[in-house]
Amino acid sequence: MKLKNLVKKAGALGVACSMALGALSVQAEETIKVGVLHSLSGTMAISETTLKDTMLMLIEEQNKKGGLLGKKLEPVVVDPASNWPLFAERTRELLEQHHVDAIFGCWTSVSRKSVLPVIEELNGMLFYPVQYEGEESSRNVFYTGAAPNQQAIPAVDYLKDELGVERWVLAGTDYVYPRTTNRILEAYLKSAGVAEDDIMINYTPFGHSDWQNIVAEIKRFGSTGKKTAVVSTINGDANVPFYRELGNQGVSAEDIPVVAFSVGEEELSGIDTTPLVGHMAAWNYFMSEDTPENEAFINTWHEFTGDEKRVTNDPMEAHYIGFNMWVKAVEKAGTTDTDKVIDAMVGVEVPNLTGGTSTMLPNHHITKPVLIGEIQDDGQFLTVSSTDELVPGDAWSDYLEGSKDLISDWTAPISCGNYNTKTKTCVGAQAEE
Amino acid sequence: MNPLCRITPRHTLPAVLLWLTCLLPLHANAQTTDSAPEETPSTAAAEAQQPTFEQLVQQLAGGSLRDRAATVNQLSSQSDERLADVFNALVAGDLLANKDKPPVIAIRDGERLTDALSGADLTGTQRLRRIPVNNSLRTQLRGQVAQLNLNHPNTDKRYAAVERFIRDGVDDETAALLRAHQQVEDSGRVQDAITTALAVYQLQSDDRAIRLAAIDELSGSLEQEARNALRGIAENDADAELRSAAAEAIESIQSRISFYRFVENLFFGLSLGSVLLLAAIGLAITFGVMGVINMAHGELIMIGAYTTWGVQVLFPDLIEWSLLIAVPAAFLITALVGIAIERGVIRFLYGRPLETLLATFGLSLVLQQAVRTLFSPLNRSVSSPEWISGTLSINPVLSITYTRLYILIFGLMVFFALMLVMKRTTLGLKVRAVSQNRAMARAVGVRSSWVDALTFGLGSGVAGVAGVALSQLTNVGPNLGQAYIIDSFMVVVFGGVGNLWGTLVSAMSLGLINNFLEPYAGAMLAKVLVLIMLILFIQKKPKGLFPQKGRAAAD
Repeated sequence: MKLKNLVKKAGALGVACSMALGALSVQAEETIKVGVLHSLSGTMAISETTLKDTMLMLIEEQNKKGGLLGKKLEPVVVDPASNWPLFAERTRELLEQHHVDAIFGCWTSVSRKSVLPVIEELNGMLFYPVQYEGEESSRNVFYTGAAPNQQAIPAVDYLKDELGVERWVLAGTDYVYPRTTNRILEAYLKSAGVAEDDIMINYTPFGHSDWQNIVAEIKRFGSTGKKTAVVSTINGDANVPFYRELGNQGVSAEDIPVVAFSVGEEELSGIDTTPLVGHMAAWNYFMSEDTPENEAFINTWHEFTGDEKRVTNDPMEAHYIGFNMWVKAVEKAGTTDTDKVIDAMVGVEVPNLTGGTSTMLPNHHITKPVLIGEIQDDGQFLTVSSTDELVPGDAWSDYLEGSKDLISDWTAPISCGNYNTKTKTCVGAQAEE
Repeated sequence: MNPLCRITPRHTLPAVLLWLTCLLPLHANAQTTDSAPEETPSTAAAEAQQPTFEQLVQQLAGGSLRDRAATVNQLSSQSDERLADVFNALVAGDLLANKDKPPVIAIRDGERLTDALSGADLTGTQRLRRIPVNNSLRTQLRGQVAQLNLNHPNTDKRYAAVERFIRDGVDDETAALLRAHQQVEDSGRVQDAITTALAVYQLQSDDRAIRLAAIDELSGSLEQEARNALRGIAENDADAELRSAAAEAIESIQSRISFYRFVENLFFGLSLGSVLLLAAIGLAITFGVMGVINMAHGELIMIGAYTTWGVQVLFPDLIEWSLLIAVPAAFLITALVGIAIERGVIRFLYGRPLETLLATFGLSLVLQQAVRTLFSPLNRSVSSPEWISGTLSINPVLSITYTRLYILIFGLMVFFALMLVMKRTTLGLKVRAVSQNRAMARAVGVRSSWVDALTFGLGSGVAGVAGVALSQLTNVGPNLGQAYIIDSFMVVVFGGVGNLWGTLVSAMSLGLINNFLEPYAGAMLAKVLVLIMLILFIQKKPKGLFPQKGRAAAD
């Protein structure tokens, strides 16, 4: 009884305090703060700067519409400088000093893993816009990019069924996303009856630029008469010299097609795409999608950046969806209180830019269409295959031993990120590996 | 031709309906011809509604990819002399169309635009856009083009056509075609390809003698398809003699292949070595001769690469010459930046290597962020001139990319030019004098501080020139320099500080070692192994491969 009283008193004091503080800082009270956690310097600046601009644009657009809950939105931009531990520090800064209500950020999986403990400890909200390896689900994170079953698996299916590919090169950069994705793909291919000898796996360091050997090896691997394809999880700007070498060594898309999961319009805008024509990428959005929503989005983007040549890409669409979902959830909850918004998020539906409606699922992933496009010589994609219906994101892969029985569901009564459907228990923190 | 099938823009709706009625039976017809090629379109319906070549070509502009594939099928049965040009353009992405009805179809040949149907020159004001094709359509087209190109005046085109036949498999019909063509072919290369194609065809013959002769014919061939066909026989054929003959043929092919593979590896290694040489050679001057640990060396390379980009942006019409212009421009700019660094920072820190290291490291970060702020953090697109792209294909298993070849030559040229400067010019003499004995050099009237600045400028300028070459291989972005700084120091230290020949030998040997390790250890581990070997080597010989001898080595 006494304790309860004490708590009540403390609570009252707290309220009084915060009211007093609120009175002192009327200005601050009137805005809703949105954290933008993208590297503006260092290696990842190349990809993440665009996402910062996207967030600023979305916030500006929302403010033009009158803000949110009658308040203006205020972006708080911080620079974690492509330095993974700094991501955690900046998150702490955003939540403790700036008291932001939601954070939009991260690109690499390792930066997300670094933010994860902080965001869970301080109970924040992170919207993560990039395709990733799955095998994770946190109550405080919303994964608006593609899970492996929304990108990698459909792409492999396309190669296997439509192009008749029998031999596979899984080439990737040496870090967690390609390694996990390739593990899933390897298991998937083997379950589809592909022999061990017909799979070649190759990892290269970040920013690898000397590809002549590896391309020659791929050529050799593909010269046995069986149709061969490269599934590339090569990340970042190492792709440019890779494709250049492919072109120089005369590996055409008709002989050995490359399907990439990390190459989008933005990456292609830095290179001469003539030798790449016909190589493929799997995404959930292409700038070339012909829908009114997309046209409007591209126009706004060009107006905002003042540059007619700026391209749009998949993670930008993910932020667009994530931001609109957050806005809707806040409106639905009528407050920016984290717990209430997190609960309101599940089931929110917003239109995506490819003409469908994406839904936030109980596992904090969203439904997306899967598109496969061939690179054209203007750096855009020509969609050659798309799923008829939106594919729901799956946090835990069905093809890996450790995770096939796991599901994630953040709604009551399960409320667990890694619920084992066989033992009917929540695994908890142990399921990390 | 059925006049009903002609469409005038005025009556769009009825016209579309009419067109549809025209299309439907044709579509079906296209499929039947596809499945049974001997069945010529002689049915009454098809005869009555056969669209003209013009209509079919115009039809290419619209519709889905599937429609386009059907249209291509229909077109291939036409015997119009313009067909080869249209197909060649379509497969190369040079066939353009606009949204008019009927559309203007144009063929792009470099800068020139011609109307695909009338052959008239176009001005390019028709808002033309490329007709999109995908891989499956492209593959379909290549087969068609091969048939058409067999009589092409260009030898390369004819060769490519025969290669395509080999790849797609030769049947009775194409074999007859090839035999007929063999009589008139004058190029030896195409002749050889045809012989291979026919031999691959004869492997499937019923006559055992012919098959044996074909195996014999193919025993030296490096063609992938020939090899695979032979392997099929060696593994599965019922006839033991044929099996052993095929196995023997494969063996002789394998030994040839492994020889060429070795040559290829050698070239790859030297090419990697030349990249290392270029990256390190400037450092061989600033670090090797002057003893300045310049951590901003990578950024000087980056500035050189950005100069190439700048040249291409300033003179967009001179892409072919851009590299030649960029070399002196990059040299001048980076040399000036280098002199500024020397005068502004380094000269205060001579003899204090630790401070130099930290100061230049800071400087490198400043330069990187400056580029990010000035030009954007995104990579810049540097295009490759025509003459530097493509491959020199020596035979089906050995081809050398021109970029690598030129960079190898360029690296050696830069090296020997620098050698000449150091050994044969007054500046070189003074540089050597100052680096060997500063006090003595000053005593005989050498302005040592001026020489320092010029030497640093020279080293930096060479780094800039390296940047021009590297812009053709890797990304031109703010991080370009970081990728090369470690490698550069490795090369200079391994080669022996202060020895240009050492730099050459060490760059080439590191390139070769790395390249021969890579297939076994993977790119990641190969780098680690090279680094470990280097550390062990330095333990044994701290002064590198070619240590300086005599009094110069005293300090």
